[in-house]
Amino acid sequence: MNLRRGEFHSFHGGDGRFLYLVPSAAVIRLDDVSEAVLETLAAGDRSATELADSLGSRWSVDAVRSSIDELLGMRAIHTIAAPPPKPVAEKPKRRIPLQTLVLNVTSKCNLSCGYCYEYGEDKIVEASTKPRFMNEETAKQSVDFMFSEAGESPTVNLTFFGGETLLNFKMLKSALAYAKERAEPLGKQVNASLTTNATLLREEIIDWIVENDVGVTVSIDGAREQQDKFRVFSNGMGSYDLVVPNIKELLRRHRRRPVGARVTLTGQNLDVVSIYKHLYEELGFWEVGFAPVTTSWQREYAIEDAGFRQLLSGFQTLAAEFLDSALAGKRHGFSNVRDTLEEIHKGMSKAYPCGAGLGLMGVATDGDVALCHRFAGSDEHKLGSVFSGVDHSRQDEFLMKHHIANKTDCSTCWARPLCAGGCYHEAHTRYGSTVEPNLHYCEWIRAWTNTCLEVYGALADKKPEFLAQFD
Amino acid sequence: MRHLTPINQKARRIESTLEQDVVALQQGGPPQTGPHIPLGCSFVFSPGWEVDSSGGTAGLCQPVERDLFDCHLTCFWPAHVPDLYNYAPDWTAKCASAQKDWRKIDLIFP
Repeated sequence: MNLRRGEFHSFHGGDGRFLYLVPSAAVIRLDDVSEAVLETLAAGDRSATELADSLGSRWSVDAVRSSIDELLGMRAIHTIAAPPPKPVAEKPKRRIPLQTLVLNVTSKCNLSCGYCYEYGEDKIVEASTKPRFMNEETAKQSVDFMFSEAGESPTVNLTFFGGETLLNFKMLKSALAYAKERAEPLGKQVNASLTTNATLLREEIIDWIVENDVGVTVSIDGAREQQDKFRVFSNGMGSYDLVVPNIKELLRRHRRRPVGARVTLTGQNLDVVSIYKHLYEELGFWEVGFAPVTTSWQREYAIEDAGFRQLLSGFQTLAAEFLDSALAGKRHGFSNVRDTLEEIHKGMSKAYPCGAGLGLMGVATDGDVALCHRFAGSDEHKLGSVFSGVDHSRQDEFLMKHHIANKTDCSTCWARPLCAGGCYHEAHTRYGSTVEPNLHYCEWIRAWTNTCLEVYGALADKKPEFLAQFD
Repeated sequence: MRHLTPINQKARRIESTLEQDVVALQQGGPPQTGPHIPLGCSFVFSPGWEVDSSGGTAGLCQPVERDLFDCHLTCFWPAHVPDLYNYAPDWTAKCASAQKDWRKIDLIFP
């Protein structure tokens, strides 16, 4: 019976050679025999006997045979008579409890960032059709909805988002107080977080953040020149000088939970190394995460091919720094690599690119529930309402349609266990449909995933105890 | 495993299932913890379980449907039989005797 190579991506890390197996997302380290078996099979299908013969000068028949058995067991190879089963789209066996509810507490913002997906040229929801602020009643109803959809989960995550979240600070306070009051008799833990542009952080708000252990993510694009390119007030004035003292005060006082910076990268702002240095080393953020701007391709701030190459090289520089720091026992705040390492370590093989519509949902200011905060308020992407609950038939239909098994473009890509086609909102903005995979950054995703795998392999080889933090 | 080292959690989980998998008796098998009771069809000579010399099923000495029927209750081997617990509980309802009625076994399409 002839043997054939299965689906995997091989990579080096430290002194080891590894396989990232697809679709299981298992990572294994190869010894010399296994490597030779796979190399021989790269030239074409062979029977076990042929493999043992051709490798007989270097290894015993027993060594080759047992290596073949192990490779078969891990599905790194298969017999041609028994190819791996084709994936089938199926909805989750059990209802996934809601873990994170994102409340869009207002659609208003005091900044006018040129690239904003909520207000800019690619917006989905016409803001004037919805209330500008979520009222307290809707917020309380959202909290009730969160607990009823969370099922048995001991922890629920309540995230405040906007617009500019802090424009509705009064409601945040009452909503979180109500959530904690409801959680106590249920024996659940509420984990609150918010995203802000930091313009409105004042003493009273920082007090509340510290007292309530609220996780904070600050949207900021780098040093003054980088920040003020797009993150401006409506009169065009940059926001850097206003936000930095607020951020410093927040970082000084809020020590119990890490405060992260979230950077939007554009065609004009791609120097991730200098952005990172400024935000991590100079301002003192705990971690810095980067995301390319979500935009249709023709916008002037869209990142084009040369930009993606520049971005990759910057990410690779930071990933190398991350590895050096980890090996030296020092912290590094590049969260993109840390997050991916954790997913690799757990062996996540995703049927969906993210938890949107599954364990995460977004609530619009009027209480409509959508896939995530980015779609909140869009009737096309509505899954229910906090007043009437989730429309589970609509949710099931969404999940069946968006399953990775239905994305034929992704079916031969080795990075699909981690990427699964990428952000629905990005796809909707770029291609007009959430079902489309984000083909414009496939090359980038594969190159970046490979970089993360190499870092992972090097850590597994040289400092495996580092990876134990993800267990 | 001697040749492959599982590195991440998923690889370790797969490895732990391999250790419990069915192992041919010639390979020694897992350590025996009780009396060995052979199960299923593999210790009985039952021609018709394999493909024929051309790799197809046309030349088998018994109808392939009989093989399906043999697998469906007693055998440990994960043969391609319909899932009679969830989706197709009645798929053999019209087949009282496999030798005579095998044509009446329902075709089930997933």
